[in-house]
Amino acid sequence: MTGILTAGAAAAGAPTLTVPVLELENLSVSYADRHRRHRRVIHDVSLSIAPGEVVALVGESGSGKSTTAQAVIGLLAGNGRIDGGSIRLNGTDIAGWSQKRLETIRGAKISLIPQDPTSSLNPVATVGSQVEEVLRLHTKLPKAERRQRVLELLERVGIPDPGRRARQYAHELSGGMKQRVLIAAAIALQPQLIIADEATSALDVTVQRRILDLIDDLRAESGTAVLFVTHDLGVAADRADRTVVLQGGRIQEQGPTYEVLARPTSPYTRQLIADAPSITGAPSVAAGEARPLPDAGRDNAVEVRNLVQEFAAGRNLPAFRAVDGVTFSVPRGTTHAIVGESGSGKTTTARALAGFQRPSGGHIIICGQDLSALDAKGLRLFRKHVQLVYQNPFTSLDPRQTIARIIEEPLLNFDAVPRQRRDAAVRDLLARVSLPESLLAKHPRELSGGQRQRVAIARALVLNPEVLILDEAVSALDVTVQSQILALLEELQRELDLSYVFITHDLAVVRQIADTVSVMSNGRQVEQGTVSEVFLNPQHSYTRELIDAIPGNRKAQP
Amino acid sequence: MRRHLFSRVGQAALVLWAAFTVAFILLQALPGDALLIKYQNPDMGLSPREIEDIRASYGADTPLFLQYVQSLGGFLTGNLGYSVQAGVPVVDQLAANVPSTLALAGLGFLAAVILAAAIAFLSSLAPFSWLRDALQALPSLFISVPVFWLGIVLIQVFSFQLKLIPVINPPEALGLVLPVATLAIPVSAPLTQVLIRSIDDVRTQPFVAVARARGGSNAWVLSHHVARNAVLPAITIAGVLLGELIGGAVVTETVFGRNGIGQLTQEAVNSQDAAVLQAVVVLAAAAFVLVNLAVDLLYPVLDPRLKRKAGALT
Repeated sequence: MTGILTAGAAAAGAPTLTVPVLELENLSVSYADRHRRHRRVIHDVSLSIAPGEVVALVGESGSGKSTTAQAVIGLLAGNGRIDGGSIRLNGTDIAGWSQKRLETIRGAKISLIPQDPTSSLNPVATVGSQVEEVLRLHTKLPKAERRQRVLELLERVGIPDPGRRARQYAHELSGGMKQRVLIAAAIALQPQLIIADEATSALDVTVQRRILDLIDDLRAESGTAVLFVTHDLGVAADRADRTVVLQGGRIQEQGPTYEVLARPTSPYTRQLIADAPSITGAPSVAAGEARPLPDAGRDNAVEVRNLVQEFAAGRNLPAFRAVDGVTFSVPRGTTHAIVGESGSGKTTTARALAGFQRPSGGHIIICGQDLSALDAKGLRLFRKHVQLVYQNPFTSLDPRQTIARIIEEPLLNFDAVPRQRRDAAVRDLLARVSLPESLLAKHPRELSGGQRQRVAIARALVLNPEVLILDEAVSALDVTVQSQILALLEELQRELDLSYVFITHDLAVVRQIADTVSVMSNGRQVEQGTVSEVFLNPQHSYTRELIDAIPGNRKAQP
Repeated sequence: MRRHLFSRVGQAALVLWAAFTVAFILLQALPGDALLIKYQNPDMGLSPREIEDIRASYGADTPLFLQYVQSLGGFLTGNLGYSVQAGVPVVDQLAANVPSTLALAGLGFLAAVILAAAIAFLSSLAPFSWLRDALQALPSLFISVPVFWLGIVLIQVFSFQLKLIPVINPPEALGLVLPVATLAIPVSAPLTQVLIRSIDDVRTQPFVAVARARGGSNAWVLSHHVARNAVLPAITIAGVLLGELIGGAVVTETVFGRNGIGQLTQEAVNSQDAAVLQAVVVLAAAAFVLVNLAVDLLYPVLDPRLKRKAGALT
């Protein structure tokens, strides 16, 4: 703990002997718009990172955290420019350096672990060659030695059989494996600073945890400083010695992580902490403050019995079983969460519930109606009762339709409803999801992510359904917006007696919204029960692993 | 992989057969034929009786279906029939003309690819936006230039004004320069456009930024990461452009007075020499099929993601 304390003290301004690896002083950055007017997005940001220190730069989308990181490595977008301030790397100001000079330190002195491992690897080059690239660019090692070094690096980041893997392409590796390759490239020349830009946001929690552990190990081994750029306060709480909170391009607060979390001074930080389910959720469940249990004896809005979904895998191959014997029921007015990692079969289950796929086996009974007994037309009419809200509010709304048109569209698909009644219904729903009527004539691109997801919810509600299937409905949103949407969902559930099936990879959200939960792994339901049962007394090792992997319970308490 | 190859070759054969059949039907449906054009000429002074005899000797009076079967059999065994106008086997005519056209079209295509790549990559490396805009405007200019006009202008400037290249009997290599340029410029235009577009697309991909973050310069990233990804869509276009190349070769050979398939085709059309036209159509179709087969087989080599789809799940 003392290590963290001294690092924190150093940052607080006490005289130190060591030169910080990175020191930003009054950094200001602006972007030019189409009319070449510059709009400032980073305002006088000052922070420093000592050798071997881990600093988290936390903020929501648009807070300027990624822009700050890009400015540090000198890779601002074409319309961005540094207006003032200095970026000192080991005491040398690099803010005014040409690209050519910056190229000598990028990858060698400062390296980057990017956000999305899948799109961050060149699809037509072997992964080994992309690790080797950094050696080709910065060293004069002969080819054979470079190859040898690549294999050592891949081995170091925990890739089994590196000789074979090095010759493979990105599409042949899993997400976690790809991120390991990118980490191998980032540590190849033992840089003084690694910038991890949302490096684990695209990964499942258990994979995320292993990758974060790996970064921790590498840091301890070589004394590299790490700048974690993240929206996830939980990750910051677990991993960072110090945390810097950014909002609207300005630093709201910075200090040792446990201090920032325990005694936040800025109202914005307090809001962020209150909204982060991973940090605040745990104690309340432990103290028995989970949502009140649903009344016993209510009828089931959804009943799934032994659901099996298979897909043809190809000629001469056994069918692939994506969902294997899932059974659960959702009493009316309650929320059932299905949790699992990518490939666990949770989305396939959701699609079967919404009637998009016929189950290969088992029964789905919604509001007393067995879906398998319906023909195509019956199924279409039945969709009135079950509606789906998708993950990504940025792509699930037609960009050319107005908000009013988007919300009323489901009405047009069923019996003719007169125009006035439709308008009234749309206005009523808009009020229900707390959006102003002025949005009716706007298009989705003019709305924020949270507003768009509210529109998507309003669209799902326009047919007065009894069951909503929410497929990762809050995963793409910032924590504050996420918590607002979750609150809205709870309110709607109470008022309209809705039943939810909530599909998510985020166990922390489950604690907030769900009454009962199923945990899925590889198509099988490994555990189910009430939320407090599953969280307090997990039976299956996979569930325990998932719960342990939730970030946010480590450095939060000193 | 092998099964994929077999099915592709089978498809190619089917396309060739279809091209042969359609060409045969269309050529037969035309009013008149080469024999009438040649022998009904009043200067020859042949009686209708004599013309009938000549027609019989060429087999023109046999039923159509029989002609089709004979002709198809001939094509399969390499006997492409006789040119009525020249009175020699079509095979000999092709053998005399194919090499020169192959040289013209091959070099023209190569020049088009080099031109397209040069413009596309220069425009994405250009340090000034005016230069970038100027380079990106070139394809639109190139595509709007008619081949025959371009050929005439090039002859005017380089042969008559600058006297760099003799018009009559130039040395073989020198004589190719202007026709190749004439052919390459319009063909390069769509190629350039697709290439510029896909370079722009690839450059926004995160892996490009990641390579820059490893210390790669703009030029390094362009040659090591962007190029290979950007070439994929351009290759598809390259297969389609072959048609343009064949059409362009006909005009170019006429403008420059070069011997070749283009000129042979033009003469055969004038005299309705069905056997020659039939052979040219099948030849063009074969070239198309071969190039597109090559493109198909090249894809998985350039893009490893396609390998698994082409072969079994091994």
